[in-house]
Amino acid sequence: MSQLLLIYFVAGVLLVSLTIYVLTAGADYGGGVWDLFATGPRASLQRDLIERAIGPVWEADHVWLILVIVLLFTGFPPAFSAIMIGLHVPLTLIIIGVVMRGSAFSFRSYGGGSDRAERDWGRVFAIASLVTPILLGVALGTIADGRVPAHPTQLADFFLPWLTPFGFAVGFFALVLFAYLAACYAPLETDDPQLQDDFRMRAIIVGILAGIAAGIVLLLSRVQAPLIWGGLTQREWTWPLMWANGLAALGALYALWRRYFSAARVLAAAHVSLILWGWAFAQFPYLVPMNNTIFNSASPKITMEFLSGALAAGSVILLPSYRYLISVFKSHPERRRRTRTVKPISAGDAE
Amino acid sequence: MLPNIIAARSQMGISLGFHIVFACMGIAMPLLMVLAETIHLRTRDEVYLLLARRWATGTAILFAVGAVSGTVLSFELGLLWPHFMKRAGAIIGMPFSLEGFAFFTEAIFLGLYLYGWERLSPRAHIAAGYIVAFSGMISGVFVVMANSWMNTPVGFKLDSHGHPYDINPVAALFNPAAFHETLHMIIAAYAATGIAVAGVHSFMLLRDRGNLFHRRAVTIALAMGAIASVFQPLTGDFAARQVALLQPIKLAASEGLFPTEPGAPLAIGGIPNAATHHLDYAIEIPDLLSLLTYHNPHAVMTGLDSFPEQDWPPLFAVHTGFDLMVGIGTALVGLSLWALWLIWRRRTIFGSVWFLRALVAATPLGLIAVEAGWVVTEVGRQPWIIYNVMRTRDALTPMLGLEVQLILFTSLYIFLGLTVLRLMYRHVMRSPDSEEIARLLRRGALVA
Repeated sequence: MSQLLLIYFVAGVLLVSLTIYVLTAGADYGGGVWDLFATGPRASLQRDLIERAIGPVWEADHVWLILVIVLLFTGFPPAFSAIMIGLHVPLTLIIIGVVMRGSAFSFRSYGGGSDRAERDWGRVFAIASLVTPILLGVALGTIADGRVPAHPTQLADFFLPWLTPFGFAVGFFALVLFAYLAACYAPLETDDPQLQDDFRMRAIIVGILAGIAAGIVLLLSRVQAPLIWGGLTQREWTWPLMWANGLAALGALYALWRRYFSAARVLAAAHVSLILWGWAFAQFPYLVPMNNTIFNSASPKITMEFLSGALAAGSVILLPSYRYLISVFKSHPERRRRTRTVKPISAGDAE
Repeated sequence: MLPNIIAARSQMGISLGFHIVFACMGIAMPLLMVLAETIHLRTRDEVYLLLARRWATGTAILFAVGAVSGTVLSFELGLLWPHFMKRAGAIIGMPFSLEGFAFFTEAIFLGLYLYGWERLSPRAHIAAGYIVAFSGMISGVFVVMANSWMNTPVGFKLDSHGHPYDINPVAALFNPAAFHETLHMIIAAYAATGIAVAGVHSFMLLRDRGNLFHRRAVTIALAMGAIASVFQPLTGDFAARQVALLQPIKLAASEGLFPTEPGAPLAIGGIPNAATHHLDYAIEIPDLLSLLTYHNPHAVMTGLDSFPEQDWPPLFAVHTGFDLMVGIGTALVGLSLWALWLIWRRRTIFGSVWFLRALVAATPLGLIAVEAGWVVTEVGRQPWIIYNVMRTRDALTPMLGLEVQLILFTSLYIFLGLTVLRLMYRHVMRSPDSEEIARLLRRGALVA
């Protein structure tokens, strides 16, 4: 394969991995947000549903982020290095958020602590789930913005570039989208119509909020991120993408309204994916504007060949396994009930 | 104010030191839990099933902390050492990518294992467990292969600006240090975890001597830990002889050997004095180092004096770490042989209170040896981040005030470490007592 094809392939896998991370782990973060905002007579049922939904999958979902990092530093080392230098502070905060969220979740699920300890860990989990997506959005927004400082020397260089309205608008947008995904997936995790309705209403409200946030980001990008604004408005694929995105968004809302929950899940995922791809294509071919493109940052051909080979071989194992995991724990309740059930051997070890 | 290079190295060291405990457990705990489940499926003994489930819960907590602390490391490689990753990414991205896949497999099947007790058939469930145990081991192998490249960098050439070209990812992957480092580390993970788990259950046995749950736990964990411990000196000897060839300065620092001389003595303990080029207060056994390293008591050993002082690693940490590792390794061999002797003479280890007490005392030793071993490998590589190619200080991020985040991560890890200890203590304290086991067995007998 030519180096050009290899670059497109690795960059494509990078984008797909990021998309899956957002669609799966993003929803896990969103679940944490709904844990924080669990309200009404069924608040504890809502929290239980979220814990049940996230428990078996969050660690596997989380590995997509590791894959993104590994692909970036293997395939495009100078771009990785530039991001790690320029966004040192937000990325450090992100990993603290990742640690707090993951540990707190497992401490709550498996710690076997008192109700109070569980509530405290739940609070840590929920707050980390709220803050981390904002910071992820800030980091992506700052990259899109072309503001990643190439040669920071003073402390201000490490803070000012990402402390911008646009960065935080993208951060807020990411948070809203993650919460939206979680709310769209949640009704499929239960048979209780009231609980389904709780999340259905949340999904609709946040879906509308996401539309508003999208508008704010777009308007701000016109001033602050001209590359994205230009990419989103002036290229030939712009309008088909915009239309598809709008249709997916409206379709998801309609499906939620009519309680077509499976359709809503698919459409919401499509909506979020298209937003991500819109950003990626608008920024193309830059990885870190305005210095690193996928072409000038790519590793030598032999590395790209081996990396592509590893990706192909790995996906043969990985994709069926991941699919199996999802199908065991995320299939529709109707079908799930038909799978075999065994009684736990004693109450004492069910913890 | 701490210099940034010291702050960054300390942060990396603390992150690695924290992660390695959970990584070891993540490699070896799944094997223990599937072994218990396998015995249950063979014998239908309910105690083993209970054991598998309890070990699975412990694994869940340890694995989660291991996964997130591992993520921190993958970021810190870039956050603290961006110039290293810029140069090395294309060369050693391979093991990291493969590790990514292995770790992915582990996470997927651990989810299936932990939450699938009621959803999967027994065969599918145990198969998921074996995949977890296997992929955990493989992912450890790949990560250590990446590290071993930093010790013996091959598979590339450098141009006049220090940029690599003519890259050979396969040669880099199978670098000269890869085999002995991975072998020594993987066996260490089984030894340290097995001894630690056996120690914890022995502690419970001393309070409730007839408890079948803890007896079976000790049997499985000690079998794994003791077998690994007995083999470890062999892989250690092999590793030391490889290091003598590949990184003679690291071996010299480990042994506290200054002069290059034939018939070098083996020094135990002591404080290396860089000013006088002498190892103070050490016990020295003549010729033994040459004998161990080259199987010839008169062989010439290269000492630190043969290298410029600016290339010396921190001597005290490396020498003490080495002695600690070897000392603990020897003690664990003794403990394992004691167990064998008890089984041979008395057919059980559970009759000897002193053995159980020794096992309790040994609980943290394996993990301490792992930490000490990594000090030898990593501090012993200094002042290089890529041995003889790139100095650690040249890889450092331009970020300012790194001591702030050093304090932040140190406190975070202390807090998490104490929390995990507390949760594990509670988890262990809630393990079933003899009466519960008896009830369970009666009910199991009725069902059968």
